[in-house]
Amino acid sequence: MDFKLTKEEQELKEYYEDFFREAIKKAPAIFSHGGGFEAIYSDDEGFAFHQKMAKIMGEKGMLSLPWPKELGGADASIMHQLIFNEAREVSRCPGFDFIGCGMFAPSLLVFANDDQKARLLPPIAKGEVQYCQGWSEPDAGSDLASLQTAAVRDGDEWIINGQKVWTTAAHRSDCMFILVRTDPNSSGSRGLSVFHLDMKTPGIEVRPLYYMNGSHVYNEVFLKDVRVLHKDLIGDEGSGWQVTMATMNFERSGMGFFSTGRKVMERIIQYVKTTKRNGKLLSENAAIRKEIGKIYAGLEAGTMMAFRVGCTQASGDMMAAASVASESKVFGTEFSKHIFDFATKVLGLYGMIEEGDATSLLNVVEEYQSAPGLTIAGGSNEVQRCIISWMAPLNMPRWKLMDPAALKR
Amino acid sequence: MDFDFTSDQEMLRKSVAEFLKKECPYERVKEIEDTEEGYDPKLWKKMARLEWMGIYFPEEYGGFEDPLMNLCLIMEEMGKMAYVSPYFSTVVQCGILVMEGGNKKQKKDILSKIIKGKLIMALARYEEDASHDPSFIQMPATVSGDGYTLNGTKLFVGDANIADKIIVAARTDKGVTLFLVDAKAEGITIKKRKSIAKDNTCDVILNNVTVSKDDMLGKPGQGEALLNSMTQKATVAKVAEMIGGCEAAILMTAEYAKGRVQYKTPIAAFQAIQHFMSDMKLGYDSCLNFYYKVAWMVDEGVECSKDISALKGRMNEVYNFIGDRGVQIHGGIGTTREFNIALFFRRAKAFEFMMGDSDYHYEKVAEALGM
Ligand SMILES: Cc1cc2nc3c(=O)[nH]c(=O)nc-3n(C[C@H](O)[C@H](O)[C@H](O)COP(=O)(O)OP(=O)(O)OC[C@H]3O[C@@H](n4cnc5c(N)ncnc54)[C@H](O)[C@@H]3O)c2cc1C
Repeated sequence: MDFKLTKEEQELKEYYEDFFREAIKKAPAIFSHGGGFEAIYSDDEGFAFHQKMAKIMGEKGMLSLPWPKELGGADASIMHQLIFNEAREVSRCPGFDFIGCGMFAPSLLVFANDDQKARLLPPIAKGEVQYCQGWSEPDAGSDLASLQTAAVRDGDEWIINGQKVWTTAAHRSDCMFILVRTDPNSSGSRGLSVFHLDMKTPGIEVRPLYYMNGSHVYNEVFLKDVRVLHKDLIGDEGSGWQVTMATMNFERSGMGFFSTGRKVMERIIQYVKTTKRNGKLLSENAAIRKEIGKIYAGLEAGTMMAFRVGCTQASGDMMAAASVASESKVFGTEFSKHIFDFATKVLGLYGMIEEGDATSLLNVVEEYQSAPGLTIAGGSNEVQRCIISWMAPLNMPRWKLMDPAALKR
Repeated sequence: MDFDFTSDQEMLRKSVAEFLKKECPYERVKEIEDTEEGYDPKLWKKMARLEWMGIYFPEEYGGFEDPLMNLCLIMEEMGKMAYVSPYFSTVVQCGILVMEGGNKKQKKDILSKIIKGKLIMALARYEEDASHDPSFIQMPATVSGDGYTLNGTKLFVGDANIADKIIVAARTDKGVTLFLVDAKAEGITIKKRKSIAKDNTCDVILNNVTVSKDDMLGKPGQGEALLNSMTQKATVAKVAEMIGGCEAAILMTAEYAKGRVQYKTPIAAFQAIQHFMSDMKLGYDSCLNFYYKVAWMVDEGVECSKDISALKGRMNEVYNFIGDRGVQIHGGIGTTREFNIALFFRRAKAFEFMMGDSDYHYEKVAEALGM
């Protein structure tokens, strides 16, 4: 049992913290409202800053830390990645494309051929390319493997037809990695394949899917006779499920939720210490004091849980890591929701105002609204809870399925 | 960062677990709960022979000077078996007070006896107002002749009914001071109360009890500091016991849910049950890893009072949640004396208050955060 950072880790921590602390100072005003997806993808100035930061971080090798050295990475340990991600998330500095760098790169490293690695990896590492993730469809949400968008082989090409939904940042993206059905006679997770797709390819239409507050972060993507070259098939034909599930050697502890939460907690403390309501400082309110204590406890507990995921991953016990990672996701997302909700309550009437001077210290109204997405996206928390219960040590049985037609009769 | 135990620690854990499983299964725990002494003297002797008592004490006095983490491993295993014994009051609370506050003679005398299983001790700190903060201790210790006279009532004193010696916290003109009092001394009345944990929670009434100067533990006025320092470690040890309880309650409930069939289906296949189970597991894991870190911080000598408070505050909530859901998932049978899950439901409530409830601890965290 040892919870010290090594000297080297401590140095990395300071290096990244300094870097992001300075970098975020140059961010446009919209980032003072938290700096979530909305700041990055719905705002032109915000997106330009994200791209600028991506190039700077790319030059410093920060976008390819876990990659092997021969592919331009740093072979960074899980601990190194955790320290990097923690510092980045605390600062809420953009620049790291969580889709390209965080989701597609791991698949490429494991499944891409040499030509694909040479073509696709360097732009990701340099921060020159924005990706979107084409998985979900109108009728394939939690049950992703039921997706229907199809690709049919035509000589050297494949022709894609179908629709994707919820595609984060599609309107800002250069490329998409798309999961489609290549075997028309297949069902479930078999017969799926992953393609790399240039968003400028004819036949792709991106329509905004406005979020509840009207911001444009998400999209519907319609694909009509979209032609993609066979050389852009990633992995073997039919191996799409394995390709999408590849996360090897990439940190996925959920640390970000707790880092973000820590930042919000600091802002709340500052706010209540300097704000009077009903003639009294908010920091004297017993209910608020208690809640702060509770939030601190949750954040420390969550942070240790995230470190536990990382250490379990590093030990190679991927099943155990997956189970704690699911717990960390559920805990982290629900805790985020709770903190943002508490922050609005602390604000009182200001808790309904989306911008303005009075709340500049604690503008959480945007984040409060984006929080529900956290518990739905990336595998809903209900599904995660089932998965946790199916794994060791609980080992509970899977539920029975029901024919929807039975309800209609 | 490393979450692994050494092989010595694994062996220690295993030997404690095997001993308790064999010697004190849940049925036996319930029998002991129903006795007046509330512990099994034969098992107490065996525990001493297995060298559990001296684990944290200096070698000089016959101990092993292991880290607090090792003591916590013993507590975890006791927690899993809902074990009842005066270990927490004697070894953890009083033992650490003597180790940190006693003079050479007291340490030699008391620690060596504890280690051999020949001395049971109780700590009398709480009073009528049930304040956890020792600065509110009121009971007077007045100078009389060469020593002091103690008058007043101490409440919620664990194991006073079986103790040979009691450490009494009382106020002299110098502030809170600790005294070693013979449990059989004239003027002491001990009454065991019925408690939800069915443990030895006692009232200790002191009526003109005289103690000599030599029986003072530490210096006059040093009591608060000694209590606070001991409490930090004892809180982590109590959390260890609670963590153990959580683990056992979760596994016991998962097994039950897989065996219980309703609607021709194991209830474990129902999502409502699965989701409660995963919330129990998640709560447990969130405390487990945090508790390891805090125990490690104590052993490293890192200031961590804020984290200890955060941990206990959260642990209280999680253990009670697990106890409650554990009973619920068992259905009606879970509420019976016969079934074991309620052992944990009851302990969760008692342990919530021992070493501080969540209100108390979260307030301390808020203070430490500068509020
Ligand atoms: C903010 C946001 C960003 C997203 N970004 C992307 C993206 O970039 N690319 C992409 O491909 N997708 C994206 N998604 C889609 C996301 O992956 C899906 O929303 C998610 O998989 C859930 O699917 P659904 O919304 O269709 O809900 P459904 O699957 O229809 O679920 C509806 C409800 O039923 C519950 N439910 C479903 N199945 C079960 C079950 N087996 N047991 C118990 N309860 C169940 C769910 O928990 C939920 O409460 C995003 C979603 C959001 C909200």
